[in-house]
Amino acid sequence: MRRWLPPIAIVAVLLGLWQLAANLDVIANALHIEPFLVPSPSDIAQSLWTDRSLLVDNGWVTLQEVIAGFALSVVTGVGFAIALHLSPTLRRAFYPLLVASQTVPIVVVAPILVVWLGFGIGPKLAVIALICFFPITVNTLDGLRSVDPDLLKMMRTLDASRLQTLRRVEAPTALPYFFSGAKIAVAVAVIGAVFGEWAGSSSGLGHLIQQASAQLQTARTFAAVVVLSALAILLFGLLAVLERRVAWWGPAQTRSH
Amino acid sequence: MRTTSEAPVAGPQSVKRAAKAANGSAGRAGSPGHPDLERGAVDVSRLSHSFSQLRVIERLELRVQPGEVVGLVGPSGCGKSTLLELVSGLREPTAGEVAIHGDSRPRARLESCAYMPQRDLLLPWLAAIDNAAVALRNRGASRAAARNAAHPLFERFGLAGFERSRPVELSGGMRQRIAFLRTLLAGKPVLLLDEPFASLDAITRAEMQEWLAGALAAESRTVILVSHDVEEALYLSDRVIVLSPRPARAVAELSAPAPRARPRLEAVTAPGFTTARESALEALVEGAR
Repeated sequence: MRRWLPPIAIVAVLLGLWQLAANLDVIANALHIEPFLVPSPSDIAQSLWTDRSLLVDNGWVTLQEVIAGFALSVVTGVGFAIALHLSPTLRRAFYPLLVASQTVPIVVVAPILVVWLGFGIGPKLAVIALICFFPITVNTLDGLRSVDPDLLKMMRTLDASRLQTLRRVEAPTALPYFFSGAKIAVAVAVIGAVFGEWAGSSSGLGHLIQQASAQLQTARTFAAVVVLSALAILLFGLLAVLERRVAWWGPAQTRSH
Repeated sequence: MRTTSEAPVAGPQSVKRAAKAANGSAGRAGSPGHPDLERGAVDVSRLSHSFSQLRVIERLELRVQPGEVVGLVGPSGCGKSTLLELVSGLREPTAGEVAIHGDSRPRARLESCAYMPQRDLLLPWLAAIDNAAVALRNRGASRAAARNAAHPLFERFGLAGFERSRPVELSGGMRQRIAFLRTLLAGKPVLLLDEPFASLDAITRAEMQEWLAGALAAESRTVILVSHDVEEALYLSDRVIVLSPRPARAVAELSAPAPRARPRLEAVTAPGFTTARESALEALVEGAR
């Protein structure tokens, strides 16, 4: 319980200051804008309650997109990492492309993806997967390559085939690294979902944020952001719990230098 | 002098994995714990090796009889580990030849050697017994069959009760014992031990040397033991070869006074042992000139 006290205290103090500033119109005056454009935490809390069905329905849409897109990036990311690990030629050929894929401005690409893939879930999955697969691939690849060279030599004299070494030694070594990448990926996946929805959609939290902010419903915009963060924290937490159960040995246990 | 012409190829050692998995037997030519000792002759002739410009080994000659334990002593970085890699077939020499039971093909050497690295390198996610039996699993044995094969060795070498322990729960000495069982259970006629106890403290190391002496008495194998510890090599080996600094060549050969005699403390303090140790140390100094 004591562990949770500092973060709760910090959040409470910040919310209190924000509430005070909003109530006294400090922020609105400083920015020379109308006070109703600066919602207080209590306004946002109220919106969370009154707009609950709106938030739940759109949150559910976004959650589905995030989970599907994340799953897609896990499959492609891990597959990519294994392929690049097994073939130095592939690694040399694809690694620069892998990095280059991260320089593509998603905001620009998302509308093109909508043109190509339509208004359904397709472009959202593509955007999320494009963002997520990079940390997963890079971390998993690092994990696969982190195995002690002496251990690999030993496995060869213990009659292990390439695939057996991969399965018995390299994959378990890489598992904690994979989880590090997956946790980063799932946190940014919600951003991908919002970009995907902004480019063209009729539902989802990103869509809701876009509508609400166009209508100057700032409290609802913030409420949607709160739900979005909660989703990211929830998914991150689930992955952390899963990691403790299936990859309890942690990274780099087989390497001592 | 043994050469490749004397003994033909080691025979059908590379039985297909599928066949092994099918009949459930994890061993090669007999039970996993007992390889054919006669296959354990190691012949190293005119062996030289370089890494680009760096000459690591130069015209090294080494004959190891089946069942013999040979210690290689030399200064750090003199190419001892490289020599083990060359013997095991993990690496091919720049010049010269390594043959095991007359066969110099890398594949045949890999099939005859089990390598034990300096650090235990146990897999943290596997129980001790599964770590020890990893070679059997690699050859297609089921987990249960591999455990059954490993179990008697745990009994025999004082590790009973530790089968299900995780490596993190074990002391350094215990981990090293498991690592040695893993090497033994590979069922190879030749064991290559690369400074197996270098990471242990002095007391544990002495205990482990005595333990290994007992294990080698019970499970005879051809052993090439690399060490920078003259006393360890003299106590565990039948014969000790002193190597010069890089590029490594043999500068002296000593036969051990009382190989693997127990108790260890008595053996290593006997006058004959002390004399042998002094000559080895002198040879090390001479070789460094």
